[in-house]
Amino acid sequence: MMSNLYPLLIIAVVLFVVLNLAAGLIWVERRLLALWQDRYGPNRVGPFGLGQIAADSIKLFLKEDWIPPFADNPVFVLAPAIVVATALISFAVVPFAPGFVVADLNIGVLFLLAMSSLGVYSVVLAGWSSNNKYSLLGGIRAAAQMMSYEVFMGLSLLGVVILAGSFRFADIVEAQRGMWFVIPQCLGFVLFLIAGVAETRRLPFDLAEAESELIAGFHSEYSGMKFGMFFVGEYIGVILISATISLLFFGGWLGPVLPPALWFAAKTMFFICLFILFRAALPRPRFDQLMSWGWKVMLPLTLVNLLVTGAVVLARR
Amino acid sequence: MTRGLVLDQELQNELGVTAAPQAVRDDIPTFWVSKSDIHEAIHLLRSSIPAPYTMMYDLTAVDERGRTHRDGQPPSDFTVVYHLYSFERNAYVRLKVALNETQLSLPTITDIFPSANWYEREVWDMFGIVFDQHPHLARILMPRTWSGHPLRKDHPARATEMGPFQLPDEKQDAEQNALQFRPEEWGMKQEHDGLDFLFLNIGPQHPGTHGVLRIALQLDGEVIVDAVPDIGFHHRGAEKMGERQTWHTYIPYTDRVDYLGGVMNNLAYLTAVERLAGITVPPRGQMIRVMMAELFRINSHLVWYGTFAQDLGQMSPVFYLFNDRERALGIVEAICGARMHPNWFRIGGVAQDLPKGWDRLFRDFLQYLPARLDEYDRTVMRNYLFKKRTKGVGGCTVKEAIEWGITGPNLRACGLEWDFRKKQPYACYDQLEFDIPTGSTGDCYDRAIVHIEEIRQSLRIIQQCVDNMPGGPCNAEHPLTTPPPKARTMHDIETLIHHFLGVSWGPVIPAGEAMVPIEGTKGNNGYYLISDGGTGSYRTRIRTPSFAHMQMLPLLCRGLLIPDLLAILGSLDYVLADIDR
Repeated sequence: MMSNLYPLLIIAVVLFVVLNLAAGLIWVERRLLALWQDRYGPNRVGPFGLGQIAADSIKLFLKEDWIPPFADNPVFVLAPAIVVATALISFAVVPFAPGFVVADLNIGVLFLLAMSSLGVYSVVLAGWSSNNKYSLLGGIRAAAQMMSYEVFMGLSLLGVVILAGSFRFADIVEAQRGMWFVIPQCLGFVLFLIAGVAETRRLPFDLAEAESELIAGFHSEYSGMKFGMFFVGEYIGVILISATISLLFFGGWLGPVLPPALWFAAKTMFFICLFILFRAALPRPRFDQLMSWGWKVMLPLTLVNLLVTGAVVLARR
Repeated sequence: MTRGLVLDQELQNELGVTAAPQAVRDDIPTFWVSKSDIHEAIHLLRSSIPAPYTMMYDLTAVDERGRTHRDGQPPSDFTVVYHLYSFERNAYVRLKVALNETQLSLPTITDIFPSANWYEREVWDMFGIVFDQHPHLARILMPRTWSGHPLRKDHPARATEMGPFQLPDEKQDAEQNALQFRPEEWGMKQEHDGLDFLFLNIGPQHPGTHGVLRIALQLDGEVIVDAVPDIGFHHRGAEKMGERQTWHTYIPYTDRVDYLGGVMNNLAYLTAVERLAGITVPPRGQMIRVMMAELFRINSHLVWYGTFAQDLGQMSPVFYLFNDRERALGIVEAICGARMHPNWFRIGGVAQDLPKGWDRLFRDFLQYLPARLDEYDRTVMRNYLFKKRTKGVGGCTVKEAIEWGITGPNLRACGLEWDFRKKQPYACYDQLEFDIPTGSTGDCYDRAIVHIEEIRQSLRIIQQCVDNMPGGPCNAEHPLTTPPPKARTMHDIETLIHHFLGVSWGPVIPAGEAMVPIEGTKGNNGYYLISDGGTGSYRTRIRTPSFAHMQMLPLLCRGLLIPDLLAILGSLDYVLADIDR
């Protein structure tokens, strides 16, 4: 009986943590941005403005959920669901601590990459079904951007996989007992970090949204909780990429004194803050620059990284 | 003939005996040219004479039907006025064409000066004067469905003079129909080689346009084939109001033309008024004016800097720069009492002398800002992505810039060292030391470099003003100084009467015409004022830099991408009120 309930418990805990963290990030991001931008940010609702999370959620839930008459209704509704669903499903393979994982797949890394690739459908479909020129341009940009960045995103992780000899997250973390993979895979880390930011479509890679050019890009026509889904989906994506980085390159839950889950949480939180710092600091490149950068610089670099890693591992044998 | 007649024998010879010179109060040679000769005369001045007039500075018209003081001028119901500028001569010339009410047409000069396009449209819009052969003579500031020509003297100035507003169904349908977008009406084709273009409507409500500006984009994918700006959403009839207000009570309206420029607008207006009235502002008044105007140049450039970075997707600088601007506005508030629109200069001087401790405020600010600017250089100007987005984007040559009437930082970014503060010093700029920063390619990055260096130069000017502020009165001892000096009003009846009339009616500025263009925050800003010897202006023409800059936009962005368009818009440094007035 207990053994049947245990997976359900894990699922419940993972969902609870991820969804709450995603909601909490609304506040974290706004406060951090404000801190870096010489202003206060939300500080009025509740202690430290924490009530802002509840206030924002209530606002999003109660807003009129309007579907424009010219939109392609079923797809329009489906798109925001995809972004949240794929991001949440990805968490199935992410271990929070030794043994604490929903599905300990032996192809965990591949599963995660596959799921995040599916996520882009939501953006493209949202842009397409809105029947709005700005949304369309945003959707097309998203498709082009993903095409260029998915390729080396996967490849940049293969160095880690070669070193660990496994696609399973738990194995990869355990393989870092001696040394975090960020040291031998320094280049791989930088490449994955860049691809990860692109994957979450946040500044400086928010071309699909690009508020100063495309109003709000692919989600221009969305309101209420459907917009909220994109919002939450983006934050879950940020958490996911941060968690992946800390698992694959920074030894996941490994660390002295503190319990493993805390180490994992701390490392993940650090990268989430880094994502927010990127947003505060960087301007947005043009999409043709972004794509040529992706194909002409990043992809060759990942291939070099992969070749060198493979050669070194072979030579050591 | 009369006082103020500028005899330019060389120009007279070039233009021929039929061109009649006219007396004006500024030093701009002014000639009346007949309708049939005007095209040739402008062509001559543009290309045939030595040191030609290469810039079409301004083109406007005057409804002369109600004017009484026209001594020695040929009869005219409507006069079209051309202002040309020669960089080689560093001089303007003014040509006037008299038109009869029954025959309101004359040849276009768009074939000589492409930049005349919008100006002629504006004259058609405002006066109903037809320019034959104009490529697209349509309304530009007023809605397409407007009837009447607002700057005619018989057109009402206030809504209350127009009768109650009504919107019957057929009118509503017509208005709705007029809003339909038909590319042909904008001079764009629907398709090319069997492929349809994508038309994207940017604005009037768009986060990247900095105000109510609309741009119709003709796109091939995301590549801009053509862009047609649609302006006029911010049109508030500032020129019409100039005819309604008194000379004195018009000052607050000028604040709102280049609304980031504050007292800089006052300065442009009052320099012209004072030229008409023959007032010389005492040294202290001049220095205070320059100091405040330069502070507003900094203000305006700071806003430009932050919003430009934001247009490129950089989120934080705008907050830092608005914080800095807040400090500058704090000084403005301490001295003028108001912030964005201080309305602080007066005919003959300024509203008050500086308050106690004013120099402390400035010295603190002068200490504070340079370090911040260095920091922004690191975060913005030296940022790799920022350079990638701005270098080589939206550039133009000096020749093109002059052809399109570009002035100010945008002209200097092309590489021409031209600043009217140095070339035609007004106020006390001749006593101040500062450099003129220039760029070389005129692209977005060079515009940024010039703007930022101008902030530093303005700080330098302010430093000199703070260090060398002369003593003495800040307002001119002149009967037309407004508000009039009050010290002796309770001692003799004559002063009391003058004071009473000056305050209640406003000063009566002698009849005449004058324009004294200045180097505003965004470029050359000139008020062409005509006095008919009354308490208010007979015609107030505001030549603003942003109008010309916006007209050049299509040329700058053709063949580029939408993100580049936003970069160009951000770098051009315009405000909508400065375009539409």
